[in-house]
Amino acid sequence: MTQTPFPLYDPAFEHDACGVGMVADLTGTPSHQTVTDTLTILENLEHRGATGADVASGDGAGILLQMPDSFLRQVVSANLPPMGEYGVAFWMISKEAAADVRHSLETIFSSVGLTTLAWRDVPADSSILGPTSAASEPAFVQQIVSLGGGATAALDSALFAARRLAEHSHPVYASSCSSSVLIYKGMLSSPQLRQYFDDLRDERLSAAIAVVHSRFSTNVLPRWELAQPFRYIAHNGEINTVRGNRNWMTARETTLSSENLPVPLSELTPIITPNMSDSASFDEVVELLVQSGRSLPHAILMMIPEAWEKSTSMDVARRDFYRYHAALMEPWDGPASVTFSDGKIVGAVLDRNGLRPARYWVTKDKRVIFASEVGVVDVDPANIERKGRLQPGRVFLVDIAQGRIIDDTELKADLAARAPYGEWLAEHQLSLDEIEPRVMLTPSHASVVQRQRNFGYSDEDIRLIVKPMANVGEEPIGSMGSDAALPALSTDHRPLFDYFTQLFAQVTNPPLDAIREELVTSTRVTIGGEENLLTETPRHCHQIVLSSPVLSVEELAKIRYIDEAAGDWGFHATVVDLLFEAHGTGSAGERLRAAVDAICDDVVAQVRNGASIVILSDRNTSTELAAVPSLLAASAVHHRLVAEHLRTSAAIILEAGDVREVHHVALLLGFGASAVCPYLAYETIDDLASAQQLSVATAMEGRYHFAKSLTKGIVKVMSKMGVSTVASYVGSQLFEAVGIDADILSSYFPGFTSRIGGITLDHLAESVLALHAEAYVRPQAQSVALRNRGEYQWRRDGEIHLFNPRTVQKLQHATRAKRYDIFKEYTKLVDDQMNANATLRSLLRFRSDLTPVPLDEVESVASIVKRFSTGAMSYGSISEEAHTTLAIAMNRLGAKSNTGEGGEDEERFDTSDPRFNRRSAIKQVASGRFGVTSRYLVNADDIQIKMAQGAKPGEGGQLPGSKVYPWVAKTRHSTPGVGLISPPPHHDIYSIEDLAQLIYDLKNANNQARVHVKLVSEQGVGTIAAGVAKAHADVILISGHDGGTGAAPLTSLKHAGTAWELGLAEAHQTLAMNGLRSRVVVQVDGQLKTGRDVVIAALLGAEEFGFATAPLVVSGCIMMRVCHLDTCPVGIATQNPVLRERFTGQPEFVENFFEFIAEEVREIMAQLGVRTIDELVGDTSKLEALSLNSDTNTLSLEPLLAHTDPAQRRNTIAQDHGLDQALDWTFLDDAVAAGVAGEPLTVQRAIQNVHRSVGTLTGSALTRVLGAKTLPNDLITVDLEGSAGQSLGAFIPKGLTLRLSGDANDYAGKGLSGGRVVIQKPQTATYDSADNIIAGNVIGYGATSGEIFISGVVGERCAVRNSGATIVVEGTGDHACEYMTGGTVVILGGVGRNLAAGMSGGTLFLYDPNNEVYDHLSAGVYEIDPLEFEDEERLREIVERFAAETHSARAAALLSDWRTARMQFVRIETSEYQRVREELRNG
Amino acid sequence: MGKPTGFLEFDRKGPSYRPVPVRLRDWKEVYEPQSDAEIAEQGARCMDCGIPFCMQGCPLGNRIPHFNDLVYKGNWAEAAAQLFATNNFPEFTGRLCPAPCESACVLGIGADPVTIERLEYETVEHAFRLGLPTSLATAENTGKRVAIVGSGPSGLAAAAQLRVAGHEVTVFERNDLIGGLLRYGIPEFKMEKAVLDRRLAVMANAGISFEISVNVDSAKLAELRESFDAVVMAIGSTRPRLIPAPGADLEGVYPAMTYLEAATRAVHGSGVSTIDVQGTDVVILGGGDTGADCLGTAHRQGAKSVTQIEIMDMPPHDRPADQPWPTMARLYKVTSAHEEGGERVFSTETLEFMGAGSLEAIVVRNNATQETTTLPARYVFIAAGFVGPELDALGLNRPEVTTPRATLQVSSSWQVEQVGEGAPVFACGDAVRGQSLIVWAIAEGRSCASSVDTFLQGETSLPAPITPYSLSW
Repeated sequence: MTQTPFPLYDPAFEHDACGVGMVADLTGTPSHQTVTDTLTILENLEHRGATGADVASGDGAGILLQMPDSFLRQVVSANLPPMGEYGVAFWMISKEAAADVRHSLETIFSSVGLTTLAWRDVPADSSILGPTSAASEPAFVQQIVSLGGGATAALDSALFAARRLAEHSHPVYASSCSSSVLIYKGMLSSPQLRQYFDDLRDERLSAAIAVVHSRFSTNVLPRWELAQPFRYIAHNGEINTVRGNRNWMTARETTLSSENLPVPLSELTPIITPNMSDSASFDEVVELLVQSGRSLPHAILMMIPEAWEKSTSMDVARRDFYRYHAALMEPWDGPASVTFSDGKIVGAVLDRNGLRPARYWVTKDKRVIFASEVGVVDVDPANIERKGRLQPGRVFLVDIAQGRIIDDTELKADLAARAPYGEWLAEHQLSLDEIEPRVMLTPSHASVVQRQRNFGYSDEDIRLIVKPMANVGEEPIGSMGSDAALPALSTDHRPLFDYFTQLFAQVTNPPLDAIREELVTSTRVTIGGEENLLTETPRHCHQIVLSSPVLSVEELAKIRYIDEAAGDWGFHATVVDLLFEAHGTGSAGERLRAAVDAICDDVVAQVRNGASIVILSDRNTSTELAAVPSLLAASAVHHRLVAEHLRTSAAIILEAGDVREVHHVALLLGFGASAVCPYLAYETIDDLASAQQLSVATAMEGRYHFAKSLTKGIVKVMSKMGVSTVASYVGSQLFEAVGIDADILSSYFPGFTSRIGGITLDHLAESVLALHAEAYVRPQAQSVALRNRGEYQWRRDGEIHLFNPRTVQKLQHATRAKRYDIFKEYTKLVDDQMNANATLRSLLRFRSDLTPVPLDEVESVASIVKRFSTGAMSYGSISEEAHTTLAIAMNRLGAKSNTGEGGEDEERFDTSDPRFNRRSAIKQVASGRFGVTSRYLVNADDIQIKMAQGAKPGEGGQLPGSKVYPWVAKTRHSTPGVGLISPPPHHDIYSIEDLAQLIYDLKNANNQARVHVKLVSEQGVGTIAAGVAKAHADVILISGHDGGTGAAPLTSLKHAGTAWELGLAEAHQTLAMNGLRSRVVVQVDGQLKTGRDVVIAALLGAEEFGFATAPLVVSGCIMMRVCHLDTCPVGIATQNPVLRERFTGQPEFVENFFEFIAEEVREIMAQLGVRTIDELVGDTSKLEALSLNSDTNTLSLEPLLAHTDPAQRRNTIAQDHGLDQALDWTFLDDAVAAGVAGEPLTVQRAIQNVHRSVGTLTGSALTRVLGAKTLPNDLITVDLEGSAGQSLGAFIPKGLTLRLSGDANDYAGKGLSGGRVVIQKPQTATYDSADNIIAGNVIGYGATSGEIFISGVVGERCAVRNSGATIVVEGTGDHACEYMTGGTVVILGGVGRNLAAGMSGGTLFLYDPNNEVYDHLSAGVYEIDPLEFEDEERLREIVERFAAETHSARAAALLSDWRTARMQFVRIETSEYQRVREELRNG
Repeated sequence: MGKPTGFLEFDRKGPSYRPVPVRLRDWKEVYEPQSDAEIAEQGARCMDCGIPFCMQGCPLGNRIPHFNDLVYKGNWAEAAAQLFATNNFPEFTGRLCPAPCESACVLGIGADPVTIERLEYETVEHAFRLGLPTSLATAENTGKRVAIVGSGPSGLAAAAQLRVAGHEVTVFERNDLIGGLLRYGIPEFKMEKAVLDRRLAVMANAGISFEISVNVDSAKLAELRESFDAVVMAIGSTRPRLIPAPGADLEGVYPAMTYLEAATRAVHGSGVSTIDVQGTDVVILGGGDTGADCLGTAHRQGAKSVTQIEIMDMPPHDRPADQPWPTMARLYKVTSAHEEGGERVFSTETLEFMGAGSLEAIVVRNNATQETTTLPARYVFIAAGFVGPELDALGLNRPEVTTPRATLQVSSSWQVEQVGEGAPVFACGDAVRGQSLIVWAIAEGRSCASSVDTFLQGETSLPAPITPYSLSW
């Protein structure tokens, strides 16, 4: 691994995402045209790739070609055998390679029977490379080889073996090594690929299949070999579970064997080459499966199965195929569009969620073109036979030997018929339901309490976690973030679980909406040993299937005694105690270590002896024996079994007393357990039930609820990371360790790095023993059962909280009475608490040996406050009084307030009174897109894209109907009283190139505003920030995990994300290292409270500073933490008019606060000898880190203080957004003039996919000049012809109409603000629009008003969160009308799955002649009715206009027999929406 | 927890007082009982704050949101357990504490605070009435012996806690009955002595020894330090502040405590007090709680007139800006005794006591108007507070061991240092803090016990809610 001077950067964090394309000739005729067309596609996907600070060095581009046989025969001197009987190894040979490397390679190849026929130096033009790529440029050499005999299967196996042997022993890398394909690739930008390799411009080079890929990477270190395509695949996406997948492959290595290979597989391991990308690892496993005899589509479907688990309509044989293979291998889960080819077939598959765009065309002259976007290569519309898109979980396959496209159903039916999978499953797979239940005993109250103490249960664990879960089956919710001490600094006995935080998806991949899109998730796990992955026998599915990884006590008992119950079945369960000596020789840590070693040894011995299920149990604690933390044991055993290559021989199950919340179960699964039985939590529920403290009828019901909410919680934790199935989550290690010493991690959590050190094994063991003593040694001293930890709510005898009665009181008193002296008392209390080590920054000190400067030479308060902003808190979550108080105060200071995600009342755009200017300078754009209109965006100084929020990164939100008061509904463009959903992902950001697109959209929507991207601190956030900088964000905000004023599930509130100190330092270092720091402003927020906090943040690299909780406290917030209940007694987090009257805040108080903070900053600056904030930013030399350096804790923040180049410390240059290339400039001035004059204007333009966000600049210019005034419809019309780039007509206002003849990519009509977008097929096209795709995914996302008429079928997620537009299409993919809150959608053709999921308002008219609506509709409460008279009139009017404007044949046909058609429409609305509308109508 | 909307649905409602004419005829406590349903509603008003300021306002750190919720749910057993976890004597504080918790209650920002003190009272009374566990759970005997000097709330709290930790505890009291101020300083109508005796029985059952009529002077202290492993001085702040005006030595001028003690002794004895004010004019100097105690007592004894004189100005009805929420502001208060009659006079200073042998009148001057008035007075009771513990006889009136306020100086672990050889001397309560609230006395006793236990055993599991001389805000 490459070392850098930046300790917080790790190449392992890198991500990429991309554009892919393919051209195949169905006649199988190789041509150079195919090559050049494919390269053209690549070049037209340029905007999906990226460049770093060094613009001449691309992230990677490449092309896979069917073996260009005739070309090779012309350029290679040797005589080649017939096509298919020779192979080409296309080497990148590192400059470090020895001179005689070719000789060595020949020797290796000959060892497996391959004779080298020729060597060819591949000509390449190094002169075009940028310095970064030039520095690591390899030599490109083709080695042509053949096998003595003739069989091609043996040839490819030999090539595979030889290549692996060579790569393992030499600094060489083969981009391809095959008899059927040749791959040209490198660390190039898309246009450079053709220029770099002379071969690609050589007209003799021809192929019938070509696949291209352009890479958008967050990476900062040059890696030529990471360019794609890989040997079999080109991947657009990200494998979220790759850590686990890699581990499982390593674990399987000894069980693998294949007769197809010329050498034993053990000589070719590791299967997974270290330090490669997720895509590369994926490719290596595909290759292994193919080389061992499976077909390429078979291998792909094993690794990316479609969502079969919850499908009710799937063919049984196909289902059995998936069920069988689920026993062999876990899915490689994550967003993926994978294009694959072996030179004979070429195909593509989309992941189960369909999170990547993929479109294809079939031409009448027998060509198939496939790409991430349409319009990437010119095709005469008249030549098009059919246009389609790849759908979630579907395979698109072209077989050029057969000369046809093999459809998904046929392909899967063929695979499913390969073997009698269903019979095998029936015979070999076991469900626990087949076993008789056992009788269970209920323990006494005293025994339960004793063990609760032993496992550190606190009063809160029962009151706030277990009890609510048992009562209602839901995870509890909290508010106002977390300001309690970090676990690593806490003086309390924290469980090991607390030292790990959950990772979450941001930017490079999307989190999932596991609630509304539940159909893609699965909690199914299989347990039992695994067989050789490379073969296929009935025994392979000999496993037990569990529907959830959370086991009841009864289920665990069945498994424990499975030898008796199912003796014939051949499962063998064994129980290993997780105990260590409470008293004895040596330190506590040493005793714990010895015990864990012994446990691992024992497990290894038992598995060698035939155990297929290992139950790790801490049930048997006693006065002498304490419990080994279950997580420590699970991970230690898991990794030990991986290391011994025994892991797949047995399943690990935890019977753990310390497990009581979702996070605990998530960790155990993530570190290798297949299932968990939280027995003590169940006993706690029994105990509560017998004391009649539950609201459920029986203890059994409580336990059931508890297990159910754990299972749901796990799905949520997984979905934060974009993982859909528990099967692939197991062992995926999607966590970050914060504050754990390197020794624990390297011993028990291999692969985890400890960036700042932390608690040692001694600390851990002593904590366990302290609790053990409370349970077993001196329990009588306590009058109440359990400790009162004060983790969630402040308690006198609990954890330190930075906001506590005294600090809140002082802060309010100081700012209200304008008393700086009392403010200093407040900051002293906060900063002194830091001396008690509540936060990471408590371990940083200002250097004391600096020469001070006079205070009056330091930058003024008035200047410093301009760098401050208030946090994003939506109007809706907080009251108008609180929201406007902050806005007025910040405007007076020249600082910035933030709308939050709830939109802003247009009245507030009036800035005429400077003393009471209520306009928020920062306008937030979040996933719900509430009230995001053209006017909203134009009225912004900054536009902030919220990727995640500190309190609950990776999750969406929900505003319950009871909080949607009429005034809130108005700004959100929704219906009063109807609940609203903010989805976890932005449905137009599934990847980093999508984010780049949204940034581009927003820049077009307001080219004077800065665009922010808000990220939450986690490991790898620096790499993400680098990607975001490459995506042209102006400002990157790093939010700490502890902030957050909104409501969040407690699991997220406490266990996701990290402190801003870590994230900020990592982002700053990574950006600086990459030369990108100067291109962006870095902002920080997350529980900033004092001047000291600000100065430390500045020194770690922040230029701007956000505050949310503190200004709320200043406004009267007393941290009730009931924001989610609408009962805020101080009128802040409530819409209840009675409570709002209690609001006591004033803008002056908030002004006082920020001025006091700035004054304190100045004082510290003077003491540090710094006059300006600019000098302060990033100057880590002013800080020193205190190391705890004790036997129990090694925490040190030294790695945060790495020095950066002074030129790369703060923003000095502006981003180039490329707006000057916009098509709009060619008509914008005319349009604005026409708009101002109110005169009609029509212009015509040709359009291409590189023309993105067309109309948006013009729309924003119109909105800016017109303000609240609107234009009549269609006043300005732009007629377009061709293929429109992404985001056609985004945010356009009323009066502007875009008419496109051709087709469009994703996001057409995004955020439509009254304008109109009309799309129809070209007039010369002959295909039927109602059967062919014309526009991409996520059409009309967040539209607030206007019309979208599309004559043709569109992709997935049409009309997501539409709140007012009228949208007509002839067919849609999955998830149409998701989260819709208003407006009208008319679908004149077929729809996909999960229709109207999470929809809360608006009307959907669906043409449903065959009564299939129930097959498509998502689970929810809908009213599905025939048309009423009013509806019919309205619908007919819409359809008539649609027909007239688009010439839709489908619409014309319906209108021609309207009497029949009207009977075939159904109207779909939600019951809640109808009820509220009815209520409103009746007053 | 609680009822999220309870505070919006229910108004604050404490128990009503028994009618004045009725209650003046006996010495029983003044409250009418409240129904369980009404009490539950009051519990439901608690908002279960993320930061329960009440818990900081309470020197003991009572788990107020916990028991409020449990009261709401009618779970008396758990509520009592939560209460006893931080407070040894909720039956005392539930009656006598001026409730700084309620001053800090978040609900008090825009409405009336929760009736925390009454819920505490109800919880502990339900516990006794329902036979729920009220006894002390004691650890195994350690064999260590601790002497506690003084049996007021602080000494009793320290005794109870040290017994919980397993030590052998003996409490020494110079008076004829255990209880200190609780016994003779608090009138019966505020706390019936049966409540005290009930608690003492619990403590005695737990193995705590009580020795009455033992006057601890320097010799006795030395003896205790010989025979015990630790000594705790919980001797209170008993030296009354007197009014240095002419005639202060007339018969009829008494410190309030003298009067209150006599009255209580009479209630439990002959029925007639040695200072019986029946049919006379009474003036009380001091507008605080002790003054009000004298007021109620005088009315019950049948005084002809009672005038309560306060030297300071009349306090405001609402919080002044310099005493913001959640601090305990000095506000105009009407206690049950004030309801019973008498006149309240503010901003008035005493110039002279007049009389021949016995008191006959008192001359006062209004500081605002400078007007001088002579009031007839057969009795004057001086309720002007206390100036510190009685240290002379103990030989502790030395600068090394006293504070500028003439109280005992203790280390951060409650130890009186520089007292020579022998078992260590700890101190707590008013003797350290100076005159204060009963709740501080208990908090001091508990905290001191924790330090004593640490001294005796090297570690402790006893909680220490406060550090010496600390304040809530």
